[in-house]
Order: sequence, then C-alpha cells, then structure tokens
Amino acid sequence: MGMTITEKILAAHAGLKKVSPGELIEAEIDVVMGHDLSTPLAIKEMERIGAKRVFDPEKIVIVPDHFTPNKDVKAAEACKELRNFCRNQGITHYFEVGRMGISHALLPEQGLVLPGDLVVGGDSHTCTYGALSCFSTGIGSTDLAAAMITGKLWFKVPESKKFIYHGNLNQWVCGKDLILHTIGDIGVDGALYNAMEFAGSAIGQLTISDRLTMANMAVEAGAKNGIFQADRHTEEYIRHRAKRCYKMVESDPDASYESIRSYDVTEIEPQVAVPHSPGNTRPVSQLGDITIDQVVIGSCTNGRIEDLRTAAKVLQGNRVAPYVRLIIIPATQQIYRLAVLEGLFEIFLDAGAAISTPTCGPCVGGHMGVLAKGERAVSTTNRNFIGRMGDPDSEIYLSNPAVAAASAVTGRIAHPDEVVKGRD
Amino acid sequence: MIFKGRAWVFGDDVDTDVIIPVRFCNTTDPNEFGKHCMNGLDPDFPNKIAQGDIMVAKRNFGCGSSREPAPLSIKYAGISCVIAKSFARIFYRNAFNIGLPLLECADAPDEIKEGDEIEVNIDTGEIVNVSAGKKFSAKPIPPFMQDLIRDNGLMNHLAKKLLIGKS
Repeated sequence: MGMTITEKILAAHAGLKKVSPGELIEAEIDVVMGHDLSTPLAIKEMERIGAKRVFDPEKIVIVPDHFTPNKDVKAAEACKELRNFCRNQGITHYFEVGRMGISHALLPEQGLVLPGDLVVGGDSHTCTYGALSCFSTGIGSTDLAAAMITGKLWFKVPESKKFIYHGNLNQWVCGKDLILHTIGDIGVDGALYNAMEFAGSAIGQLTISDRLTMANMAVEAGAKNGIFQADRHTEEYIRHRAKRCYKMVESDPDASYESIRSYDVTEIEPQVAVPHSPGNTRPVSQLGDITIDQVVIGSCTNGRIEDLRTAAKVLQGNRVAPYVRLIIIPATQQIYRLAVLEGLFEIFLDAGAAISTPTCGPCVGGHMGVLAKGERAVSTTNRNFIGRMGDPDSEIYLSNPAVAAASAVTGRIAHPDEVVKGRD
Repeated sequence: MIFKGRAWVFGDDVDTDVIIPVRFCNTTDPNEFGKHCMNGLDPDFPNKIAQGDIMVAKRNFGCGSSREPAPLSIKYAGISCVIAKSFARIFYRNAFNIGLPLLECADAPDEIKEGDEIEVNIDTGEIVNVSAGKKFSAKPIPPFMQDLIRDNGLMNHLAKKLLIGKS
C-alpha cells in the first residue's frame, strides 16, 4: 500500500520508511512559527523549566501580528517580551512592525516555508502553508515551547481525505468559495483529525493565493492539515523565494484515503457563511436582503494582492454605502506597497474605504474594527463564531473579496454582478 | 486517578472564542484566564462552579483557534476534566499538554444532565453518572498521554526527560 503526501512527509521527518494512520511518531521540525498571542506563554513555560536556548535560532520565525501596532499597554508589554526574547536568542526571522505581515501571508511570501517541509506554528491557521505542499499544522503555546527547545514534537499520523474539484470556475468564484462550499458540505468537524488533500483539474486553474485560502480554512473543518500536490504554479511561486533546498512530494497512486469526495465547480457560485459557523454556507443569491454595518477585506485568508485586485475591480467607480465602514487590510508590507504601485489605494480611497497597516486586528476582535452590539459585518476572514469580532450580539458573514466589496457598495450582502454588471 | 463532581453540560461545536474571548487572552496569568472561562456563553460560569466539577459537551468541543488560554481557563476555573463525544484536535493536544484530562465518549454526553453527580476514572476511562445510576466507557487515554497528566503537563514531563538525559 502506498502513502499520501502527508504520510510521506511525516515518515521522512521521523526517520521512517513508512508510517500508517493512527501511528504515534516523533518528528523533526523544519520551521517553528510563533506570534504575539501564542509566544509569551511559551517563553514563560521555557523559563519555568529552566530551558536556556532554542534548538536552532534560524528555524524559528516570530511575527507580532495580532495586536500590532500595539493596541494597548498589555499588547505593548507582550510585544516587548517577544522582541527581547528574539534579541537574546538571536532569532534570525523576527519581523518588526513596518517590515512584517500577517504570519500566514508573510512566511510563504518570504520563501520561509517550502514543499516537503514539516512546519508547526502557535496559531490554528498554520495549516495555510500546506498550499505549498508541506505538512503544516497549528499547535498551542506548550507545544510551541517544546518545539522551540527540542526541534521535535510527537504527532499522530492523520488519515487522509481527498477532495477533488473539476470543471471550470464561474466568474467571481475563487478558492474561498470552494473551501466554504466544502465545509458547508462536510461540516465543521467533517475532517476532524484528518489531512485534507485537495486535488483535481480545477485546482490547476487556481493561483497559489487561492490555494493558500483553501488550506487556511482546513482547520474550520477540523482538519490537522490541508495539502496540495506541488505543480508548475508552485514551482513558479517558490523559485525566486526559496533560499534552501526543498523536495516536491507526490501521493502514491495506491495511497489509501478514508474517503474521496468530488465537486463540479461549474455548479458553485460565490458562497457566504452565515452566523455563527463557517459551516453555515449558502450561495450568495439565496441570502435575501441582509443589511450590514461594516466590511473587512483582509486577514490570512484573503488579504493577498490577488484579493485586493479583485476588491478594486468591484469598487472601481463606486462609493461605499452611507453609514457603512469598509476596512481594507493588506496582509503584508510587500502587498501594501504593490497595492500602492498598482493604483489600488486610489480606487479604495475614492470609494471611501479605510486602509490599515498589516494586522490580524478585527478578525480576532482585537482592534481596527471591533463590532458593537447588534452590528453586522461581511468579512473575508475565516471565523464567524459568536463574539469573534466584538460584542457577543454582533454577527459575521464570511465571503470572498468580491462579495465583500459589492456588499460595501450596496450596504447589504450582494453579488458582485449587481455592482459591476454592464460597466465593462 | 479519580475525579468526582457535578456536571456542567454544553452542546456541539463549543469554540475557543466562546470558551475565552481573545480580549481576555492578553496575559500569561492562568488564574486570570480562569475568571473568564466560558465568557462567551455565560460570563457568570466561573462563580457558579465548585472545585473539581466536570464539564460535559457533545461534538467537536474546543474547535477554532489554538489559544492555550482555552484549556487553561477551564482548568484554572476549577474544572477537573472534560467529557465530550469528540474534541477539536489542537484543543485536545493543548489540554493534555497543560494537564487537563479529556475523555472521549460517544454515549455518556447524551445521558448526563446539568447538575448530575459524575465520577470519572482517568486510568480505566470509566464514567459513572451517580445521579442516574448509569455507567459508560470512554475511549482509553493512550499511555503516553496518561504520563502527561501524571506529570501535570508536557513541560514538566519534558523537564524530567531532559534532566534524565543529562545525568
């Protein structure tokens, strides 16, 4: 019996020829990521047991991205601690405000995560990097401390589930819609403890940005990791970014999957996840009249340049509806610069949008757009749990950037065609 | 290890944002987390429970973010263990890593009402609803994870291991 990509990467990092689902292994880690919410607890744990040094300062990436630029004194203290830790430990990849980005957009962009890698991060959306054909999963602060000290962690080899997408994508449909549709189909625990392997001819039409969005939300279906086989898009994306060797891995033809599902993407229109679960997905045309107070376009899910270009296409020549706030957050400094150079900022400013420096900010209800009681937001982020963006009585509707931009213009949840049609 | 306490019952897909909203995560003091346990569902929860009480939930408990304040808030609010039909995976790891035992059991969560007297044997996985006079078997906890609970978490376990390695 052959192995899946996930099994092959885990076996290679555990020094084993073969692993099987359910097996407990200890594996070597290539990259450990931590941010300003998860790392302070990890540092405290390291200090408590008297661990002095990290296993390899070049393999640790620290990004203050959640409550930055520091939203209050507590956030400032946490970031100060992070900064001192990185200085004392000689951490090579520390990204300061002004040179940073939301970690899950930043690490791929900087070529720090590569095909065949085993990556862990103190954040649940660490599964994002699987878009580049590596095994990547989220951990908590104690695992983060253990990984930083020893460079190893124990893993239970997950069973793989395969998701095959075929057909041609409709206009305004992107990776976000495929993953929302999939979570709507299998449920928020539909891939609990599993590896989600994304495949099929429609995947070949997707940019790396779209694949990052899909792998990003694998955790919303309960998955341990999401993973794509590397192809020419991956190669193209990696080529100029990688500063070390990497290995493209393929699933064997006789690899075993717990289940295989297939979707005809021709039948998928833009999707919206309604409160309070990413699994409550509906086609946007079936939503009816839902007025909104705020729109957020950004986050590790949809804050990349491709997302901003899509938003600009919808916003061009339009104005944000009265009494509606549109907040646009480029996910990294590089994306921010590109958006300026390409004239996207001009379009956003003409439309009446607020543009922020990179931060997770409102996605976690931290700052930069927290919701009041009874308010309703459309957001390109990944979670619409109760109280996620602010007051427990606020509501979040998750969508792709085109739907979010169209909704900002109309002041209610809208299909992009309503705003764009006939203009070209 | 045996735990006895009253049951506090929750439903499906209890996420980490309702267990502890991120606005309370901006510290490293676990007692502070304990004061805000289940804030998104019932801000008064930490004041209602007694030390050693047991949390019971349905499917996918702890889904969402990797925030360790979630299991820490449950442990430091005074809950001794959590029984559910299934747990989200990062939450599962985090809980054992900080020394909060979890038991996965398909049928017990349907047969326990809020306030029932519950007795749990972590070593055997036996769950007794004393109030209803019913017994259930949870999936046994792997020996490696039982060690984590005995050592009160991964860091103490690791400290012991590293020390042994040195001598």
